[in-house]
Amino acid sequence: MEMNSSNLWVFIETNEKGQAHNVGLELLNPGHSLSRAQGDEVVAIVIGQHTEAAVASAEAYGSDRIIIVEGEEYARYSTDAFAYAFHALITKYAPTSILIGATDLGRDLAPRLACRLKTGLTADCTELDFDEESGNIAWTRPAFGGNLMARILCPNHRPQIGTVRPAVFKKPEQDTSHKAEIVREEIHFSIENIRTKLIEEILDADNETIDLEGAEIIVSGGRGVGGPDGFKVIQQLADALGGTVGASRVAVDSGWISSAHQVGQTGKTVRPRIYIACGISGAIQHLAAMSSSDTIIAINTDPEAPIFKIADYGIVGDLFKVIPEFIALIDEQILTMAV
Amino acid sequence: MNILICVKQVPDTTEIKVDPVTNTLMRAGVPSIVNPFDACALETAARIKDETPDTKIVIVSMGPEQAKVALTECLAVGADRAYLISGRGFGGSDTLATSYILSCAVRKLEELEGKFDIIFCGKQAIDGDTAQVGPELAEHLGLAQVTCALEAKTNGNTVQVRRKTERGSEILGVEMPCLITMTKTAYEPRYASSRKKREVAKQEIPTLDENSFEIDLTRAGLKGSPTKVKKTFTIPQNSTGVIFHEATERQSTISLFELLVKGNILQLGVRYGNE
Repeated sequence: MEMNSSNLWVFIETNEKGQAHNVGLELLNPGHSLSRAQGDEVVAIVIGQHTEAAVASAEAYGSDRIIIVEGEEYARYSTDAFAYAFHALITKYAPTSILIGATDLGRDLAPRLACRLKTGLTADCTELDFDEESGNIAWTRPAFGGNLMARILCPNHRPQIGTVRPAVFKKPEQDTSHKAEIVREEIHFSIENIRTKLIEEILDADNETIDLEGAEIIVSGGRGVGGPDGFKVIQQLADALGGTVGASRVAVDSGWISSAHQVGQTGKTVRPRIYIACGISGAIQHLAAMSSSDTIIAINTDPEAPIFKIADYGIVGDLFKVIPEFIALIDEQILTMAV
Repeated sequence: MNILICVKQVPDTTEIKVDPVTNTLMRAGVPSIVNPFDACALETAARIKDETPDTKIVIVSMGPEQAKVALTECLAVGADRAYLISGRGFGGSDTLATSYILSCAVRKLEELEGKFDIIFCGKQAIDGDTAQVGPELAEHLGLAQVTCALEAKTNGNTVQVRRKTERGSEILGVEMPCLITMTKTAYEPRYASSRKKREVAKQEIPTLDENSFEIDLTRAGLKGSPTKVKKTFTIPQNSTGVIFHEATERQSTISLFELLVKGNILQLGVRYGNE
């Protein structure tokens, strides 16, 4: 088999159960459009102890080829073992471009890898394009707390690497009949040489049940919610709509709700069908993380609040008066339909 | 114990506004501060020093002469020594070039101050937000790394680091020497006393430039940077939404609700059908 050296790679991050993290599958989407622009293939990279589930997802979401590295040393992520294996693959196949999710894991791995390869890395991209003029990927990312966008090229070094935030792209259409070429590589790293040892894992109590990135509807609360009791009202609206509760940084930092709910630059990036911002003024860091939602609805007492600048719909008013009215209207509507 | 902390002086990005007319950043009058994540790193080191008093804390910053203000602030809250890395050939460096320059400087600092057991960085600087310099510095120096740490305590020859993960947190043990990047800690950075501020105002902060240590200048600055900024722009924010501000919240809510149902945005039928 002849190896095409001008391929685009997507790193398929896996969780502790060996399932693919959404972000890797999402990246197959821009991966396709970018590789087509360059006449290349999209190659998924899966590293883990048990990779079947992630490989099946990578295949169904349209990878042309999947390179698998398996071993017990990859059961949990470690910088040392993963950087070693990934670097060995890159050295062997010389891909043109690599996309990695900007998760905690991706942000730990990507710079280590880029530095080992002495190449350029662009972090936290929110937009990817093919720059026809130079034949490079144009990586667009926010800087200065989201106040400024920068378009970055890596013209003279390969591979060109970027990390991309979860939920920036939508997953491609799933096609379970799609077949990818499977390549297995035996690369091993001695467990004793992993310099970070796990001592204890502490799981957030409600983390399992909160899936902000996959939520269709998010009802978020901010400073205007006023305290933990106020979040009960936010929860009621979320329940009425079948949605998930989000929160601004102020609400999380004030201890009103756990950080698993945080939407923003230090929290999750989301793109639900409906985002309802309640008592959130709209700091640029928050806006950057939710502005690609399909429909944004804002409720705020301050008509000058920045959130109204990006909202599709809004009410200037007290959320504690608006939300109960809103819930009553929902109930009324559902009753009407049931009759 | 010998600890090095890399700090950056940054504009307070929460104070930056975009000029609504020209769509450019309004930087005038924006205060310069010690990058908040670096302040968390300094506080974590200071707590290690509280426990192990014979700890020395060295601060290094790469930047213009005015970054000495940030270094002096760090000295006032408990750092012992500070160095500025500043040179003509360093300007325009991306993260790979910056981390390379820092790695060369660290080797020189180890000649002056002794080997470092822990190098702390902030997780990321709030102006660039890349979170790359820490791990890249670790790679240049061949050190083990832990990123996004919430807490770090020493225990014999190892550091126990609590690290934020997607699912909560994990405690990792890592042998020294190592590099740790700190995220926002649960504890607030301590303040400097007025007496300490007066004391450190006179403390000399040496500047190291390209002649002070061994470095391949082709790997520094603009020409040593693989990434190039093609252009920067701001996103214009023009209000086009339908905002209700009627006499009562009830009226506004009814108007909004009608619009949402008519536009098929609220698909309550779908929800009902699923039940």
